[in-house]
Amino acid sequence: MKTEELVVSRIRDGTVIDHISAGQALNVLRILGVRGGEGYTVALIMNVPSKKLGKKDIVKIEGRELKPSEVDRIALIAPDATINTVRDYKVVKKASVRLPDEVRGLLSCTNPNCISVKPREPVLPTFTVISRKPLVLSCKYCGTHISQEEVVSQYTSGG
Amino acid sequence: MFRGRDVLSILDFERRDLEKLFRTAVLMERTGKKGRPLLRGKIMATAFFEPSTRTRLSFETAMHRLGGSVIGFSEAEGTSIAKGENLADTIRMLDSYADVIVMRHRLEGAARLAAEVAECPVINGGDGSRHHPTQAMIDLYTVWREFGRVDGLSYAVMGDLRYGRAAASLIYALTIFHPGSVYLVAPPLLRPRKEIMDFLRRSGLEVKEVENPEEIVDRIDVLYVTRIQKERFPDPAEYEKVRGSYRVDPALLEKARRGMIVLHPLPKVDEIDLRVDEMSFARYFRQAAYGVPVRMALLALILGAVRE
Repeated sequence: MKTEELVVSRIRDGTVIDHISAGQALNVLRILGVRGGEGYTVALIMNVPSKKLGKKDIVKIEGRELKPSEVDRIALIAPDATINTVRDYKVVKKASVRLPDEVRGLLSCTNPNCISVKPREPVLPTFTVISRKPLVLSCKYCGTHISQEEVVSQYTSGG
Repeated sequence: MFRGRDVLSILDFERRDLEKLFRTAVLMERTGKKGRPLLRGKIMATAFFEPSTRTRLSFETAMHRLGGSVIGFSEAEGTSIAKGENLADTIRMLDSYADVIVMRHRLEGAARLAAEVAECPVINGGDGSRHHPTQAMIDLYTVWREFGRVDGLSYAVMGDLRYGRAAASLIYALTIFHPGSVYLVAPPLLRPRKEIMDFLRRSGLEVKEVENPEEIVDRIDVLYVTRIQKERFPDPAEYEKVRGSYRVDPALLEKARRGMIVLHPLPKVDEIDLRVDEMSFARYFRQAAYGVPVRMALLALILGAVRE
């Protein structure tokens, strides 16, 4: 029996994001831009026991499927997450997120003196993953470290 | 391997690369002011978007002594950059004219972007407060020439470890060797940035942070002093807080070991008392002079004029 079934009912159409690192469910919603006013039915389950992770969070969003760029963003804060796309109560697609060794084009460097933040240069902001848990990224150009909190704040302040 | 490679960070190099460089630099030293025409017909472009005295002139001297030619600029004014050209386009142009590009830029990571754009090798002559790899090569070469080794010696890197790129590159460089003790001496506001300390932790090199050089001056072989990088402080008030907060003077050096040497990437302002220039410890002028043979060796190796 699956833990989430004990807590909330299944969704008809939408997305179930499972195996989110414990405590990160709110941040997952933030980086998806789900703030509550959009009208989606959302279930958010935090700190439930998980064989794989010890503890995990789960997010269910009715009526919303994820774009590939959103899946990539989730990988940054929940590297073990699985994304289940549900249509008519059935899981039609199940995918694991993948945090690559190098993250390209998803984030901006926080250092105002970094060449990669200059708009007129042909440069794609690129970060090397230094640590996955907790997330630490290093700018390929200037070496500045970016933490998970900074990643989340970029997505929430920049839209 | 040096041939055709970029020089962006000292961490791109392995120990055996640096030892090869040092051995080649000794050969270059022997050629004296006459030099040796190993790079005849080659052109080095210097793209200095930020002020430089020693780095640019020693690279130019190195190229001339090797029989090559030099083009370039030492300030952005008077060039198409002043008209608004971006870095990438400027580098593309130099790339089509020259065999190697040496550049300095205020922005961090500028040399890496240039290396992506250019087909010819790019040498980083300093990018913001991040890297100054050829300075670290000269610093270690000076130690190697003075002591015959880099390993096993005790080092103190002192001064502006927050904004100083020469200090950062030397600290990184020490992780490539096996130094004895490494002390980082800085007032609290000038301590190394987090990413430098994180890197040191990951590298396994143990360092000790101290505020007062008196605590360690009697147990080190190399005292590396740096200037406070006034121009990189985001807030002038912060600079005023740390201005004059450390100084190497004869009283401090009274406690030093006899064979200890004082290095400085120069320019120095007031962090070293002028009387120290005359003392047996001072090696910074010799260190600056080594800039030419080390850069000759680097250019000759990168341009394939010396067998590896």
